[in-house]
Amino acid sequence: MTVEARVPFTTLASTYVVLPADNVDTDQIIPARFLKVIDKRGLGQNVFADWRLRPDGTPNPDFPLNRPDAEGAHILVAGVNFGCGSSREHAPWALVGWGLRAIVAPSFADIFRQNAMKNGLLPVEVDAVVHSRIVEARHVDAKVRLTVDLPAQTLTLSGGPSAHFDIDPFAKECLVHGVDELGYLLDRAADIERYEAKHP
Amino acid sequence: MTTPTTLFEKVWNDHVVREDAGAPAMLYVDLHLVHEVTSPQAFDGLRARGLRLRRPDHTVATMDHSTPTLPRKLAVVDPQGEAQLRKLKENCAEFGVSLYDLDSAEQGIVHVIGPELGITQPGRTVVCGDSHTSTHGAFGALAFGIGTSEVEHVLATQCLLQRKPKTLEVRIDGTLPRGVGAKDIILALIAKIGTGGATGHVIEYRGTVIDALDMEERMTICNMSIEAGARAGMIAPSEVTFTWLEGRRFAPKGDAWVAAVARWRGLKTDAGAKFDMSIHIDASTLEPMITYGTNPGMGIPVTGRIPGPESTENPAERAALGKALDYMGLASGSPIAGQRVDVVFIGSCTNSRIGDLRSAASILRGRKVAAGVRVLVVPGSKAIKAQAEAEGLDVVFRDAGAEWREAGCSMCIAMNGDQLSPGQYAVSTSNRNFEGRQGRGGRTFLASPLTAAAAAVTGSVVDPRTLMGGAS
Repeated sequence: MTVEARVPFTTLASTYVVLPADNVDTDQIIPARFLKVIDKRGLGQNVFADWRLRPDGTPNPDFPLNRPDAEGAHILVAGVNFGCGSSREHAPWALVGWGLRAIVAPSFADIFRQNAMKNGLLPVEVDAVVHSRIVEARHVDAKVRLTVDLPAQTLTLSGGPSAHFDIDPFAKECLVHGVDELGYLLDRAADIERYEAKHP
Repeated sequence: MTTPTTLFEKVWNDHVVREDAGAPAMLYVDLHLVHEVTSPQAFDGLRARGLRLRRPDHTVATMDHSTPTLPRKLAVVDPQGEAQLRKLKENCAEFGVSLYDLDSAEQGIVHVIGPELGITQPGRTVVCGDSHTSTHGAFGALAFGIGTSEVEHVLATQCLLQRKPKTLEVRIDGTLPRGVGAKDIILALIAKIGTGGATGHVIEYRGTVIDALDMEERMTICNMSIEAGARAGMIAPSEVTFTWLEGRRFAPKGDAWVAAVARWRGLKTDAGAKFDMSIHIDASTLEPMITYGTNPGMGIPVTGRIPGPESTENPAERAALGKALDYMGLASGSPIAGQRVDVVFIGSCTNSRIGDLRSAASILRGRKVAAGVRVLVVPGSKAIKAQAEAEGLDVVFRDAGAEWREAGCSMCIAMNGDQLSPGQYAVSTSNRNFEGRQGRGGRTFLASPLTAAAAAVTGSVVDPRTLMGGAS
């Protein structure tokens, strides 16, 4: 296995899918029975398995990701507290494996947000007004696009106004340059040694 | 004069290795707990980069999530689960990590054995690729769950990059009524503030009720901090903590113990220290709690009625309630008591310790499990299993008609074959009632060991206070 080069995240323009649910937990994003793996690849086929697929394994036509107009969408718009529950990084692995690159929601659970950003999946936190504008626009036109500009920290609805979003400046740098945090930590080994010497 | 600080800030400040302008703090990790599900990709990452494990002596592994809880020779062999367990064994051997595997007398749920071994200590930073790492905060440790990328960071550097969380004081005073315990307190808190109510915060639980709790009860409360969205939960260490820890295998000994206790006594929030947010609960008003919906915030007293759409003005909450009740097959306005139960699960990192088992046994002693109800009792560790057997609790459970299992996470996460069938109702002492959490289509009511045991006897949700005082 080689170290995977991370794809820098700058801008993303895509159609989007609305999942109209609050508190989407990681057990829904990827049920625990799919965690019995030792690799991180191939989890996209299990994303939202119990919502996306019927018990007999056939697609649930009502689930937003299964609708024909979801094809090619790289952005998911969901409700508050997205990603609550367990710390499983399998959740962002599965979302990215499905082809998603950004999640837009009014709020995110802490661990999910961290895990997502470490996998090039951008959590875009928007206020309730912006959120409902995005949801409404999708109801009117399934082809409507969102543009995420990470360096500028803006989210723009095609033909609509831009909204600013906040993001941790350090996480942003890592995403924009496609670097991970481990290199940063390894570069500071001397500080770790000093700390350890003082705290035996 | 120094600024008054909170317990959290004291532990945080002690562990900041470095903090660059604009960057998160580099936080040192004293104890890294590892299990089979969230670690294989992290060890692969180390190998891919040619890195060593920086501090094998600060790293401890066990097997819990994918492990069978039937006696090993009877257990169904699941090739995927087996591969995960084998991989953990290989990784621990290659990188020099102590592993409490299925053959170890100290194997158990990672959040149960850390304290049992005495490696969870006040003032330490503890992390694990598991959200219920918050459990260890009961000792005055700063303990939180991390993802697999962060597991790799800690393996390689013993550090994490972290923004300093905010602080939330949860003060619980008053007198705890009979039949109301730690699980009811935490379920009541989550029902009050919601599953995102503490997002971005570290909770410190304080007040006379918390002071009076034993260590196991404190662990139950801190364990479910994550269900309120909190980064961690903490309780200042006290004599209760020191007494519980003294003499444990890896607890300091002799002069080192005396010095440690002296140091630990300073781990408390100073008078006048400020929290970012405060909540107060009067324990005297609490009743045994149970959840009715599909997230841990959907909880009511066991004497209560299932809420209807009129309970909220918020359209999203109203929709979520409708969807949850639809999944649960429950009707608004009906009492939760009397609801049919198919399975009772007593176990998990929330409620699988000896006190939990004694509590369940106090109801089951001399009684029988209701016809048609399956009851699983799964101790949190082999040590707890041995202690329960020494006390004869296994006989109480078996005589009642319950299954007495080997230690592990079991039906809390349903990765090991212990699971609900579609449509089944379970009263579970675990921590999550998400859709399908205990098996696809399964429907979970979260409650205390007392309430779970009472449901086992009656075959329905029931106020456990009606069964307290022993079999008639």
